[in-house]
Amino acid sequence: MKKYTYTESKDTRSGFGAGLLEAGKKNDQVVALCADLIGSLKMQEFIKAFPERFTQMGIAEANMMGVAAGMTIGGKIPFTGTFANFSTGRVYDQIRQSIAYSNKNVKICASHAGLTLGEDGATHQILEDIGMMKMLPGMTVINPCDYNQTKAATEAIAEFEGPVYLRFGRPVVPVFTDPDQKFEIGKAWMVNEGKDVSIFATGHLVWEAILAGEKLAEEGIDVEIINIHTIKPLDEEAVLKSAKKTGCVVTCEEHNRYGGLGESIAQLLSTNTPTPMEFVAVDDSFGESGTPAELMKKYGLDSSNIVAAVKKVMKRK
Amino acid sequence: MTLENNDLKRMASQVRRDIVRMVYECQSGHPGGSLGCADYLVALYFKIMKHDPSFNMDGIGEDLFFLSNGHISPVFYSVLARSGYYDIEELKTFRKLNSRLQGHPTTHEGLPGIRIASGSLGQGMSVAIGAALAKKLNKDQGIVYTLHGDGELQEGQNWEAAMFAPFNKVDNLICVVDVNGQQIDGPTDKVLGLLDLHQKFTAFGWEVLHMDGNQMDEVVKTLELAKSKTGQGKCIMILMKTEMGAGVDFMEGSHKWHGVAPNKEQLADALGQLEETYGDY
Repeated sequence: MKKYTYTESKDTRSGFGAGLLEAGKKNDQVVALCADLIGSLKMQEFIKAFPERFTQMGIAEANMMGVAAGMTIGGKIPFTGTFANFSTGRVYDQIRQSIAYSNKNVKICASHAGLTLGEDGATHQILEDIGMMKMLPGMTVINPCDYNQTKAATEAIAEFEGPVYLRFGRPVVPVFTDPDQKFEIGKAWMVNEGKDVSIFATGHLVWEAILAGEKLAEEGIDVEIINIHTIKPLDEEAVLKSAKKTGCVVTCEEHNRYGGLGESIAQLLSTNTPTPMEFVAVDDSFGESGTPAELMKKYGLDSSNIVAAVKKVMKRK
Repeated sequence: MTLENNDLKRMASQVRRDIVRMVYECQSGHPGGSLGCADYLVALYFKIMKHDPSFNMDGIGEDLFFLSNGHISPVFYSVLARSGYYDIEELKTFRKLNSRLQGHPTTHEGLPGIRIASGSLGQGMSVAIGAALAKKLNKDQGIVYTLHGDGELQEGQNWEAAMFAPFNKVDNLICVVDVNGQQIDGPTDKVLGLLDLHQKFTAFGWEVLHMDGNQMDEVVKTLELAKSKTGQGKCIMILMKTEMGAGVDFMEGSHKWHGVAPNKEQLADALGQLEETYGDY
């Protein structure tokens, strides 16, 4: 197992804030909109640097999505910022008609996704957003795993033409990816090559997969870990190649088991190379208040659950 | 093509013929609101707006129009075709398989003149505000025009947008509400009353104008007045009184023709009331 270390922990939303500032420096068409959550979305530096390119929308997300769609007409590249819940479910029809169907170059940037939002509880902990967004034709869906990857992804989507859903989170998590990485949309990242099982992980679960891989290595199990940061379009080649090699698969995501990464991979494998699979995901439930670590444990998303899933799926080979 | 008022009236008659023929041919669509708004759209595209039918999505340096109540697509399609965005013969394909003229307007099929999909109601004002903000950032002098149904104002997103625009002094924006008092299930007063729209928009910070949307001279005059008021820190809202079905006597003033196509006899009756002026497609 390749050794991953980290010297600091940071929130992925701060990676977004840093990436937005860089994107703004590189391209003066980049503009930002926020629905009364500037601090939460870490947009302060962008606003300080480019005050005229920022629009405060107030608590009016539907209007924000429409205004963002309109700003593309005239060449702007709008980045909208609010929590994942208010970036998707609350405004699904606005995104569907004014952004996705109209093919507008809007970047929907969603913080506080999933259970790790923590104490605010289930009203804010959306676990269905990946599903909703990936079902929209033409929508690119990205869920990076740490600060550096989120920063790189934010800069990459500014250069990409088309609607994007970028999902990130609230808590501080280990920073373990390369600060100078080149983020390629739709290209999976090989975290660790192995031969016994393929673990496909996205977002905060990538670090948990590494922890699981270390434990399993001690028991002589050689795991392959692949980071699927782009859920749509899925890197089918990477998934198929790995699944064929190892013969069993575990998917890991901070999302409902319905509609997420696991479902996309299951569909791909079942139509190409049927492979035993286990899903580390929330089992069709809402979340609740608690600390991120408590919630990840209670809802079955931490490294011990990945270890158990690996052992189970390997028996089914 | 720019027309003077008498020719605008003649063009509106031709557009009304297009509307009833399009809706008749596919036996679906929304003739009532389309007929009511024909004069406004003709005035915009043949007199008021600076626009280029060779069509570029960004519309830099042009005035832009956004149709929020997308179900009145027949009037939009006819006016765009008659303005030269595409051949009038394409109007034959309205609502048919493989057509660029979808039931509700969309950018998805690449039809020139369409800048956003609409149909799911209440979204157009936000989009228009966004386009107006982009023009300001681009130091573009163009003006953004809209059309909304009055029933459509029951959608909450309109009021988010209505609150946002005056607060942010989006003063290159002229919004128009088609106040025909009708919606699918009946008169707006019976379905969900809009009460005093003048007071509502004034309270939200708009400068509110009124016009009879079926009197061409008044439409032109009011739009020119509205245009003269842009760039002064105020958003302009025109409450446009129209008759649903205007120009076809048996369709006038009733919600019953909101979304119903005429039969053969009714088509003949309607066309008998509408002079062919610029040639049927």
